[in-house]
Amino acid sequence: MALYSDKVMDHFRNPRNVGVIEDADGIGEVGNAKCGDIMKIYLKIDNDIITDVKFETFGCGSAIASSSMATELIKGKPVAEALQLTNKAVAEALDGLPAHKLHCSVLAEEAIKSALKDYYDKNNIEYDHTLFPDCVSCGHGCDV
Amino acid sequence: MQIYMDNAATTKMSRAAIEAMLPYMEEIYGNPSSLHSVGQRAGEALIAARERIAGCLSCDPEEIIFTSGGSEADNQAIISAARIGEKQRKRHIVSTAFEHHAVLHTLDRLKEQGFEITLLPVHEDGLVTAQQVSEAIRPDTCLVTVMYANNEIGTIQPIAQIGAVCRDKGVLFHTDAVQAAGHLHIDVRAQNIDLLSLSAHKFHGPKGIGALYAKRGVRLTNLIEGGMQERGRRAGTENIPAIMGMAAALTEACGHIDDSAAKISALRDRLIAGLSEIPHSVLNGDGECRLPGNVNFCFEGIEGESLLLLLDDKGVYASSGSACTSGSLDPSHVLLAIGRPHEIAHGSLRLTLSEETTAEEIDYAIRAVKETVEYLRGISPVWRDLLNGTRQFVTAE
Repeated sequence: MALYSDKVMDHFRNPRNVGVIEDADGIGEVGNAKCGDIMKIYLKIDNDIITDVKFETFGCGSAIASSSMATELIKGKPVAEALQLTNKAVAEALDGLPAHKLHCSVLAEEAIKSALKDYYDKNNIEYDHTLFPDCVSCGHGCDV
Repeated sequence: MQIYMDNAATTKMSRAAIEAMLPYMEEIYGNPSSLHSVGQRAGEALIAARERIAGCLSCDPEEIIFTSGGSEADNQAIISAARIGEKQRKRHIVSTAFEHHAVLHTLDRLKEQGFEITLLPVHEDGLVTAQQVSEAIRPDTCLVTVMYANNEIGTIQPIAQIGAVCRDKGVLFHTDAVQAAGHLHIDVRAQNIDLLSLSAHKFHGPKGIGALYAKRGVRLTNLIEGGMQERGRRAGTENIPAIMGMAAALTEACGHIDDSAAKISALRDRLIAGLSEIPHSVLNGDGECRLPGNVNFCFEGIEGESLLLLLDDKGVYASSGSACTSGSLDPSHVLLAIGRPHEIAHGSLRLTLSEETTAEEIDYAIRAVKETVEYLRGISPVWRDLLNGTRQFVTAE
């Protein structure tokens, strides 16, 4: 189908890092079933390095591909670097997304931030609250 | 393997329809309004095509006008009835919540012009009743428009009963029969239909051509002004090849409606039985009052677009009422109208069959859908939550 780039279709058909980490150090879940997409990210963090990452996604092709790409982009990276991941970087790494699917890359960014925030909270690590988005910045436009 | 199961979207043209068109492109290419022989021969063909189509609907040829398709016919039928109504100070229209957008958006436009629109709620089984229509009709009602069969969930409405109610109350009755024509018996006289829309490409005819039946005496409002074609009600040189293709396709389809319905509905029921084995799945729309070729399911815990893409990889061509496939945020208005919550409306799948569908294809599609639903549930956090009880199932096991 010409809707998506080859890269998106590759990550959709063969998603990387699918699954669950039972003893995760940080878990983030964003999205809403009513809107049709939910992403859940599990992180294993050792010495400030993301040593493992897994995801589960309920959503369309680009939501699954965005989750897969986002996990690839942060795997093995320091936490500080993962925090810098933007939706734009996810979309670019996928060779672009259709305009009405860009919110999927936003969800991927937010899912990762949400998991990192969970890690900080669990470990009582101080952090800059403005780094973490809320519902207002999502841009998804759903009313829930 | 390539299995086309999206016949409600459009159909493959029949050999008869293609062959009926060719002479009107290569030899008899004249304009039916021309006085010379090649034009007059085209004109005669146009008369014959109109007669054949009228024969399929049990109306007179003068009651058929050709349009660019179902959407134009819906627009013209509804706008015409509104113009007739407002001359009598009647500005109320009754319709249903799950009409095609060609109807709903035309009604939205009329609402902006001061019309009052009542959209009847649809029962969970995908049906509205004649009694609902009867109770909604007011002294200022100028039109009832109810689709013959729903395009997404295939449910067949009680058209003859609704027609009888409208006749008794003296209100014009339009039906969008785009999904029904060529698949179900239509008799506009017996069913008391005043206006009816159809589209050729839904019954193995060409795209871009349709017809509007308007009962004698129902004055049509032009959407397209120009020449005097179609008795002055629809300007523009007639698309003779497409009209010939439509006439051939409809005649062919109407010639074997019963045989075809028996064959296709047996395959449909086999597909429904197979997909019903998937846990937490639900058939959308009544199982009996249903188009022979329509199957529509919701599967909990997954999203429809990813299901379609993976089925496409397996060679199964289908469609979904998921928001993601439409580019909007809301899932299908039809599924919401029959009370499906957003969460499961996103996980819908429509498979629509044709006479060319085989039992082998049905069995392959069942396997493909089962595998794909299982895979997508395996990577879905919603499914995990449903299994561990943090989220409640909507459908039965």
